[in-house]
Amino acid sequence: MTIGIVVFPGSNCDADTYHAVRDVLGCEAVYVWHQETALDGLDAVVLPGGFAYGDYLRAGAIAATSPVMRAVRRYAAAGRPVLGICNGFQVLVETRLLPGALLLNRPGEFRCEHVRIRVERADTPFTCALREGDILRLPIAHGEGRYYVDAETLAALTRDRQIAFRYCDAAGHTTESANPNGALDNIAGVATVSGTVLGLMPHPERASEAIVGSADGLRIFESLARWIAGRGVVPAPAGAGAGGGAAPAGRAEGR
Amino acid sequence: MAAVGPALEGIAARPLGALRPDEYAEVCRRLRRDPTPAELGMFGVMWSEHCAYKHSRAALRRLPTRGPGVLRGPGENAGAVDAGDGWAAVFKMESHNHPSAVAPFHGAATGVGGIIRDVLAMGARPVALLDSLRFGPLDDPATAPQARGVIAGIAAYGNSIGVPTVGGELRCAPCYRANPLVNVACLGLVRADRIATSRAAGPGNAVVYLGARTGRDGMQGAAFASVELSGNPSDRSAVQMGDPFTGKLLIEATLEALATGAVVALQDMGAAGITCALSEMSARGGVGMDVDIRLVPRREDRMTPEEVLLSESQERMLLVVAAGREEEVLRVARRWELPAVVIGRVVADPVLSVRDGARTIVSLDPRHLTDAPAYAPAAMPPAYLDEVRRLDVSALPLHDPAHALLALLRGPGTRSARWVFRQYDHMIQTNTVVPPGADAAVLRLKDAPPSGVALAVDGNGRACYLDPCTGAMLAVLEAAQNLACAGAVPAAVTDCLNFASPERPDVFWTFTQAVDGIARACDALDVPVVGGNVSFYNEAGDAIYPTPVIAMLGRVADVRRRAASGWLGRGDVIVLFGDGTPALDGSEYLELIHGRVAGRLPTPDLPAVARTIRCVRDAVAEGLVVSAHDCAEGGIAVALAECCMPSRIGARVALPAAGRHDAVLFGEAIGRVVVSVRPDGITKLLEFARRFDVPVQVIGTVGGGRLVVGAADVSGASTSPDAAPWLDVPVGILAQAWDADGEVS
Repeated sequence: MTIGIVVFPGSNCDADTYHAVRDVLGCEAVYVWHQETALDGLDAVVLPGGFAYGDYLRAGAIAATSPVMRAVRRYAAAGRPVLGICNGFQVLVETRLLPGALLLNRPGEFRCEHVRIRVERADTPFTCALREGDILRLPIAHGEGRYYVDAETLAALTRDRQIAFRYCDAAGHTTESANPNGALDNIAGVATVSGTVLGLMPHPERASEAIVGSADGLRIFESLARWIAGRGVVPAPAGAGAGGGAAPAGRAEGR
Repeated sequence: MAAVGPALEGIAARPLGALRPDEYAEVCRRLRRDPTPAELGMFGVMWSEHCAYKHSRAALRRLPTRGPGVLRGPGENAGAVDAGDGWAAVFKMESHNHPSAVAPFHGAATGVGGIIRDVLAMGARPVALLDSLRFGPLDDPATAPQARGVIAGIAAYGNSIGVPTVGGELRCAPCYRANPLVNVACLGLVRADRIATSRAAGPGNAVVYLGARTGRDGMQGAAFASVELSGNPSDRSAVQMGDPFTGKLLIEATLEALATGAVVALQDMGAAGITCALSEMSARGGVGMDVDIRLVPRREDRMTPEEVLLSESQERMLLVVAAGREEEVLRVARRWELPAVVIGRVVADPVLSVRDGARTIVSLDPRHLTDAPAYAPAAMPPAYLDEVRRLDVSALPLHDPAHALLALLRGPGTRSARWVFRQYDHMIQTNTVVPPGADAAVLRLKDAPPSGVALAVDGNGRACYLDPCTGAMLAVLEAAQNLACAGAVPAAVTDCLNFASPERPDVFWTFTQAVDGIARACDALDVPVVGGNVSFYNEAGDAIYPTPVIAMLGRVADVRRRAASGWLGRGDVIVLFGDGTPALDGSEYLELIHGRVAGRLPTPDLPAVARTIRCVRDAVAEGLVVSAHDCAEGGIAVALAECCMPSRIGARVALPAAGRHDAVLFGEAIGRVVVSVRPDGITKLLEFARRFDVPVQVIGTVGGGRLVVGAADVSGASTSPDAAPWLDVPVGILAQAWDADGEVS
């Protein structure tokens, strides 16, 4: 089981993600350089946090045009799991693999703090070891994380269960005060309809060990490991499900 | 941008560069000829106070720099100490005051970038940043945008480059209004046997330029930092522009280049740019270099060779690479898409030759540039001291303690710093065990579990204004106390000494006194000073307070064994360690409530404070206490209130009533730490303190939703406040004052 971690110039959570996957989760982890054009042999791809290309122009905008993203697009189209964390989420949005945009935080500045998110969907490769309504305590660290889509798209996202996580309080209520960046509808993470491509602003890799404040994020990586294991050794192109009724729809989307 | 005082003569207008006439004569004497224009420019920046420590060098010899754990002392790009398990901790602090005064965002951002590269130059991966900031009052219309700009600059650079900002401090006083202080410390980690050097060696080896292209920013920045701020608009060209993206690439490329084994020596191009790197690397190695300045990558057209020599463009390193292995390093640079060029060779003779194509524009012994003249300035106690030390406490009106406490909790130096540190990524690299907000930050060492390091930064300009020697001691002791609350053994100090012009005898006296205070406190704690920085000429009209800032690194044996920064368990017993007599002289209370900066500071009892620090540290490290927090600004009342904050639990406390209640509550004394302990652990803890010969008092109990503080009864046996407590405030009200989620208006 090998998870690839893409390294753009300016990625800075690549090593943290590598540590969480390899040293904490116990899976094989490999770095994938931004100029790679093939993702063969990888069971999942993670786009880590950071400031790819300095986030100059617009967060994630330049990285979206890099060679590796063409490969990621094909990989995602084949129904393979792709996780974007923070800057990785921004890159997925800029690549149009996920809908919407990530705007400047409503406070107008960078925010680094622990927040809570509620699992809205437990049938993705990244949440299949969780239950809907589970609350995770994870850190955020971003300046541009305010999720936005137009009303029509929001309706579609809601209808198609593409909202994966929402910011919430300790009781699980998606209140305004629990929303750290002004995200529309408290959206912290979105997925494709199939759930195989998912982006979120909070950092699960930073919350994978209790000693650094929370181990809730590990459950996202554990989900991924379980989902990969459930698919068997030979990767099926799409649709082969995980156990426990958490089978992803596996429908490829060529957004 | 605020007006920064009356216009003085700008740097560019100085006919001798930044040199004084006698220095110019000295240059001619050493060269036995007039310097070329390029050489004159190089002397101007290399002999600036910022680079040459002309006025401070002699006094700094007083600082203890040796110790069993010291792997590299002052003299390299940064100091290094043993961090255990074969790891070295590289640690240094530097100021970026003048640039931040002129251009707050870029000045502060490049301050972060600069100190990161100093640590990188030791071959270490930067793992943590701390910053110590001084501004005018935050409600001042000129200060607010300046403070916002500085904080945003630190955030923009540190967050992007991927190094967590794990701690810091922010203080305000009118004297910093036109001359803010921005001091940034960086910690790096490297295998002890892989510490890099800046000593050039090996004639024939390549001199390699790596990093961002050179532009016209930061021209003569070191010289600009070495005179008083003048308010001259052209000073902006002396401020560098930061590019954290390139900085991040430079970190990775440099570490990867070092890993090839082909790099013999390296140094960053910071203050005085390539001039400093060429001359210091040659001089330290006892060799020369022959370089062609025309080969330096540029981002602007028609730059003169002198401009290239003096530019302080950021994100650049100079490497000496083993002859024949250049391609290994150039390949790394290409992978990271960074310019890298062989610009010359190391030569055996100690002659630094700089050519512009075929034309030689510099040819001299590099030691002439690095061995600047040293001065022994006159020193005289300032006239103001007698006046400000006069304080009749009995004449001060008594205020309602609850109101005073709430005012103190709202104060810029005591309120929660959350509004600042939540703008900084303090978690990246996933080592931050104790985030900013506690007495000290604690980081785990991923590669040497369960050990870790703790970091604290402290400075008390007001105390140094009243008594620079004692004030400097307090800064060192306070930092050590903060580390003790994290269970950490002090391992190294790095300091930033921020003062006005050393050419003024009264200022220079405060400088020597402060250095003496640091030395005495470090001696008492047995902790070496492994490096630091002196920043003089911090005046724009008014002189700043003498402001030595101390950053201290400590070793933590087991990061899982730690104390909370506040109460956790209802019913826990509250114990006060140390018995310093709190005084209102020079206190936060005196300034904030009574508008006075005055008084005579008692000289700390160094052996007693050192014992308390050791005792608290060991009690925390052995898991004997639930929480530990030291009494600092605002005295024990503020310390107790802060202990209520993390879990929003109250306490009932009785203090021995000696004299005025405001002195008991808000008076300050070094060497006092408030701890809480489970009731079944109290006997063991008291016995533990006795073994260290440290006075302890049981002063109260954790619990309830209010902080109630009163006088203990005369026998001293009771630990509940009497019927009419001095203070009785709901914790929610304290929290509202302390962390109003407010921002700079």
